[in-house]
Amino acid sequence: MRSGDLILQTMSKVVFFIIILFSIHLFFEGHYRPGGGFVGGLMTSGAIILLLLAYDMETVKKILPFDFKWLIAVGLFISVLTAGGSLLFDVPFFTHVHDYFNLPLLGKTSLHTAALFDLGVFFVVVGVTLTIIQTIGESE
Amino acid sequence: MSVLHIAILSPFLYAIFVPFFYKRLRQVHTGWFVLPLPIILFVYFLQFLPRVREGDRIVQSFSWIPSLNVDFTANIDGLGLLFALLITGIGSLVVLYSIYYLSKNKEKLNAFYVYLLLFLGAMLGVVLSDNLIVLYTFWEFTSFSSFFLIGYWHHREKSRYGAQKSMLITVFGGLSLLGGIILLYTMTGTFSIQEMIVNTNTIVTDPLFLPAMIFILLGAFSKSAQFPFYIWLPDAMEAPTPVSAYLHSATMVKAGIYLVARMTPIFAYDANGYWIWLVGGVGIFTLFWGSFNAIKQTDLKGILAYSTISQLGLIMSLLGVGAGAVHFGNDNQLFIVAIIAAVFHLINHATFKGSLFMVAGIVDHETGTRDIRRLGGLMTIMPVSFTIALIGTFSMAGIPPLNGFLSKEMFFTAMIRVMQMDIFRLDSIGVLFPVIAWIASVFTFVYSMILVWKTFGGRLQTEKLPKRPHEAPFGMLISPVILASLVVIFGFFPNILSDRIIAPAVETIMPMFTIDEIHISHWHGFQPELFMTLGVVGFGILLYFTLAKWTKIYQVFPNKLTLNGLYDVLMPSLETGSNMFIRTHMTGYIRTYLAYIFTFFIGILGFTMWSKQAFQFDSTNLADIGLYEVLLFLAVVIGTVTILASKSRLTSIIALGAVGYSVSLFFILFRAPDLALTQLVIETISVALFLLCFYFLPRNFHVEKTRFKLTNALISIGVGIIITLIAISSYSTKLFPSISEYYVDHTYDPAGGENMVNVILVDFRGFDTLFEISVLSIAGLGVYGLIKLRLARRKEG
Repeated sequence: MRSGDLILQTMSKVVFFIIILFSIHLFFEGHYRPGGGFVGGLMTSGAIILLLLAYDMETVKKILPFDFKWLIAVGLFISVLTAGGSLLFDVPFFTHVHDYFNLPLLGKTSLHTAALFDLGVFFVVVGVTLTIIQTIGESE
Repeated sequence: MSVLHIAILSPFLYAIFVPFFYKRLRQVHTGWFVLPLPIILFVYFLQFLPRVREGDRIVQSFSWIPSLNVDFTANIDGLGLLFALLITGIGSLVVLYSIYYLSKNKEKLNAFYVYLLLFLGAMLGVVLSDNLIVLYTFWEFTSFSSFFLIGYWHHREKSRYGAQKSMLITVFGGLSLLGGIILLYTMTGTFSIQEMIVNTNTIVTDPLFLPAMIFILLGAFSKSAQFPFYIWLPDAMEAPTPVSAYLHSATMVKAGIYLVARMTPIFAYDANGYWIWLVGGVGIFTLFWGSFNAIKQTDLKGILAYSTISQLGLIMSLLGVGAGAVHFGNDNQLFIVAIIAAVFHLINHATFKGSLFMVAGIVDHETGTRDIRRLGGLMTIMPVSFTIALIGTFSMAGIPPLNGFLSKEMFFTAMIRVMQMDIFRLDSIGVLFPVIAWIASVFTFVYSMILVWKTFGGRLQTEKLPKRPHEAPFGMLISPVILASLVVIFGFFPNILSDRIIAPAVETIMPMFTIDEIHISHWHGFQPELFMTLGVVGFGILLYFTLAKWTKIYQVFPNKLTLNGLYDVLMPSLETGSNMFIRTHMTGYIRTYLAYIFTFFIGILGFTMWSKQAFQFDSTNLADIGLYEVLLFLAVVIGTVTILASKSRLTSIIALGAVGYSVSLFFILFRAPDLALTQLVIETISVALFLLCFYFLPRNFHVEKTRFKLTNALISIGVGIIITLIAISSYSTKLFPSISEYYVDHTYDPAGGENMVNVILVDFRGFDTLFEISVLSIAGLGVYGLIKLRLARRKEG
């Protein structure tokens, strides 16, 4: 589909980055405030869908030149590895650990393996949503 | 994990590397890389012999699913060790033989050896597991690895047919076995065989005893090709010959024998003698039926297949009769001879039948046919194969001094003694046992003679053979020569086995007896057994020379009336039947399925709520309804009505979005920001998705019939009512304290988070999330596949 709406195109160039940043924020906030991998992933897909609506499939493909199906695989892989990694330390499957570190610039930061798992969720959600939308969009 | 566990699992692990060997080292036959494994395992298991002989039991346990009482307990005792040695020993010989049998240029060797290794490991697992669930797992593994092996040449229709048949029958047996195992578990509360043996007294008096026994026997009988389940075994001969030698004579089909032997201490005590009658009766009838049908076969492997069926029946009947021993106390060891004979014949059968299958393979390989009507006169061309065949068949026919004679004679002894049992009416009807045994042995003699003389004796008919026959290459002869020498060695010196291997195995089957020294001798004086053997030989020779006169009786049974015919009629009608059943209600429209799903949903939930009187209405727990709630409620209702009433699709999509956003506002009102956020984003994306698809939807609204609309309306109203009722009731009755307290207490410590919803998602119920994203991925790829497939088809068309 094509839309030549100049206002929409100009707006979405700006809004796209705001939404992406917000979704990253949502992703990292997940453990403490509303958010997380699922919503974050959906929000990112929402941003890309906005681009799709404003421009067309080909342009978006040029901007984001990768196969979203791979993103699904990578996401699943990260999640399974995170969950299975616990077996290496002889603790039950899916045991998460976390600790607090003092990092430069960021100060006291908590690092969770749960965030890694959530990253996998994030990728899967983005991958699935966009795979579906892309295939439907391309099928004309 | 112990070394023993690794030994059992090693074939599975090793199988991973087989494709690598095949791909990277093409010039070397993959079999050479596989061969070391069974040899190493064989040597490894040999070292247990002295310990087991002293009555030790080697137990290594590894906790697998502790919450379900499933531990991977590896248990080596006399019986398990005997089987482990057979599996790895014959396995090594079979792999060696297959190296020469299967061409490395033509066959997909990687697949073959992977299946074979899977099978080897599965068999080891079956015979060395003490936990019945683990045993069952390996048992099913043997079923499907043999399915792959039988269907190995899958371009042949008959291979596929045979593979499917064996799969259907053995998996049916496997499921029944699982049923038996579960019944045993409900009786004893344990899956461990050893612990069950301790509880035998409670099992025997339990009302579930008989069903459990029958279920387990169905499993054992179908695996060991007993009547009436034997029909899969002849068709399984479509597999490559090394497979037939291995699976269908020496090991897999003996899994059923193993199971019966293993379960004897549990079931033999039953006061009605069902076990003796069932195992002994089915066994002896299978013995007769197999040997009787073997004679009419014209395919070498067909004869061998029926002969295996009958020999398995023989071992089975011995186990059944031997179980009678428990009713006579320790001072009467009369019937132990049956168990000894069973174990001894098990070994002998593995040796002579293994070698015979290999010879059949050689004949097939070197002449191009296995049809005995075309074969003949190979004696001079293939002297080594002939010698092996002669030894094998004579042993099978029970001719002295070969090992088959010894066990056959012990078999007669055991059968004659059946009549001395003055229990379970064995003293009167029991006379059938020796009679049938004798008749079956005559037939066994006859088909053994057919096997060797029709192939190797008589006149050579080169013109009927597809290939010019010559003796097999040296490598192909090694394995059958080894097996044939074992036949002779065990024949002359049976006592090298008796104390080392047979006695511990017998003690495992009959743990309540202490086995005195077992001495197997060739000469017992002029006993009835001797005259029976003489009679078998005499009548056998007579029948063999008059074959043409009496084989007409086989034409009396038309093929339709056999079990095989029944199977062949039943399968297609089952197929058409299920096709018809499916076609009548599987329309392919998702709306039909949704109608089914929701109707059942209403029916089941409604019935449960009505029968349990679950509907409760208690307004004390409910919050007040404020202005916002009323407004949102109205918004949702108006939105829904707009969707239904609107004539334009665009309006419907927007109204749907409005409903979704109103619901997310509800979440905000009830302080569930996470849900609200997710709902908002999902709503946005799904509206966008709808708009994307909008262009592709058909321009005209599909006008539904009034009847369809009416049913849908009824169903949706029903669903609405049920859901509302459930929601109200669940809110009005609090049977248990809310689980949320637990999460509130544990969110910060130990999970280290502050957002409970997210912590539940990634920590407490991470498993759920993992599976959810897997489902999501599958759904995404499914959509991709469906649309791409349609596009591809459109391009073609």
